[in-house]
Amino acid sequence: MNFKRFWAVFVCRNWEFLRDRSTLTWNFLFPLSLIAGFAVAFSGPGLALYKVGVLGDAAGGGESTFFQARHVRFIPVADLSVALPKVERHQLDMLIDPAGRRYWINDESPKGYVLERVLRGSDAPATFAKQTVSGRAIRYVDWIAPGILAMNMMFSCLFGVGYVIVRYRKSGMLKRLKATPLTPLEFLSAQVVSRLWLILATTALVFAGTDGVIGFPMHGSYLDLGIVFLVGAISLISLGLIVAARTTSEEVAAGVLNLLSWPMTFLSGVWFSLEGVHPVLQQCAQLAPLTHIIDAARAIMIDGAGLAAISGHLLALSAMSVGFMVVGAWLFRWE
Amino acid sequence: MTVLLETRNLIKHFRGVEAVNGIDLALPAGRCFGLLGPNGAGKTTTVELLEGIQEPTSGLIRYRGEPLGPRFRQDVGIMFQSTALQDHVTGRENLRMFASFYQRILPLAELIEACALGEFLDRDTRKLSGGQRQRLLLAIALVNDPELLFLDEPTTGLDPQARRNFWELIHRIKARGKTILLTTHYMEEAYHLCDEIAIMDHGRIIAQGAPRELLAAHFDDVVLQLPLADFPEPAPPLALTLMRSQDAVEILTRDVNAAIRELLAWNISLARLQIRPRTLEDLFLELTGRGLRG
Repeated sequence: MNFKRFWAVFVCRNWEFLRDRSTLTWNFLFPLSLIAGFAVAFSGPGLALYKVGVLGDAAGGGESTFFQARHVRFIPVADLSVALPKVERHQLDMLIDPAGRRYWINDESPKGYVLERVLRGSDAPATFAKQTVSGRAIRYVDWIAPGILAMNMMFSCLFGVGYVIVRYRKSGMLKRLKATPLTPLEFLSAQVVSRLWLILATTALVFAGTDGVIGFPMHGSYLDLGIVFLVGAISLISLGLIVAARTTSEEVAAGVLNLLSWPMTFLSGVWFSLEGVHPVLQQCAQLAPLTHIIDAARAIMIDGAGLAAISGHLLALSAMSVGFMVVGAWLFRWE
Repeated sequence: MTVLLETRNLIKHFRGVEAVNGIDLALPAGRCFGLLGPNGAGKTTTVELLEGIQEPTSGLIRYRGEPLGPRFRQDVGIMFQSTALQDHVTGRENLRMFASFYQRILPLAELIEACALGEFLDRDTRKLSGGQRQRLLLAIALVNDPELLFLDEPTTGLDPQARRNFWELIHRIKARGKTILLTTHYMEEAYHLCDEIAIMDHGRIIAQGAPRELLAAHFDDVVLQLPLADFPEPAPPLALTLMRSQDAVEILTRDVNAAIRELLAWNISLARLQIRPRTLEDLFLELTGRGLRG
């Protein structure tokens, strides 16, 4: 590994990114507009899908028509202490205890609000006592923001490395570099490190900008959050390297990258929690780096988790990074 | 004379296609060697094998008597026919990046002056004209002061003026004792620049030598060229070898005086007659029956 050669490629790649105004602007605008959009859209009513955790047996609700409501999924939960944080984190829109004649909602949750109205409008209005989740009631935008930041990072990592290297290959630039003393390790390291610092810097700026306007809860450590994004970005860039290893067509690369990124987006809980989805899908979600990044980021920001509490996610991301890098480096061809 | 690069029985097959079929070459140091051939003849594959870009199916390639290795990478400069440079990066930044890859480099100021890059050096490479781009790519190929320079169709797509300017640059490189391997479609270019040429077809070398020697060995006649419009139709029964092209009639003869006398005897106007020597293009047609541009 020759540092001078690595540094030269690293510097040129940085210039290419920073001077490409449209790409740079998109990297900021995409997450900003999404977060701003959600902050506005979910400040009022208007959701159509509801999840209600039912403590114990739903039959305990007796004759209440609430349990026959359409467009509501009733999910049995066994443990109150496990279920309550899910209400706080918008993973459950309401928790109801038919036996105890009580229910919990997050006062910041538009879904919780609607469900409460539905419950009150049912034929058993007065028998259920409202309990508001204590302490960390968070807005929907607080819950979704870590997901959007991580998702933006995923697109930037996958396309910024995977797609760009395929473009270099197709245009003949990799062939030209192959004809020099530059080694694949030096070239790939420069691409990875360049994208890594650029995406971390843009994520930090977007975070600071949106935090300044919307104000996120931050119950954990910024350093821990930075570590999660760092390890997460490495794992996603490494995944991009696998796609870029041999592909020669930009169209194929875009297709494969979309094939990876969109299912990951839906399975990782960026937009909605995976509570109540089929267990197989929940297991599949654990194979996606994005799931671990989002879960760890939410745990730090919303629950104030420390590194020990999210060590499982960090371990999974590290293992994926090593695996992806080894496969990517093994598969890589200049042409 | 020291042989810088040589091959023995070089073979390259792609999925049943025999692209290179047993090539033996020896590039003497300090000479300009031209590899000519139509599209599909195997010359690009041959050059990429020599450049170390592709691996041969079998056969040997030796640089200074050794297999291609790190020293070869340090010693050679390559200019592909079309190389994309990074977008949003200037010529100067590209030069610096490539310069950092090598142990020995030419002073950039010298390179900038030699390739006349001054006026566009700090411009985004996307905004360069064809000629400017080729000069920058040549400068990048020369950045390590290479012992051996590969030029793959370096003037394709350039206007005649830019092509002439490019030839001047190559002449200056030759004058510094550098070894050059050039591929080109332009016979005039090969004739002007190359000390020795090899003509390829079907993955084999079918003729090799100094351009003048090759022409002398294969031809002892010249070509009399008349516009088609000046030639009577139907053609008179001339005792001459005639070839018709789209817009001209060509007469091959060893005795120009006798040919002209015969044409005059048939009252054919010679006002627009041109006499030209045989060219490498003629040689290629003679050897393969195909035009050099395939």
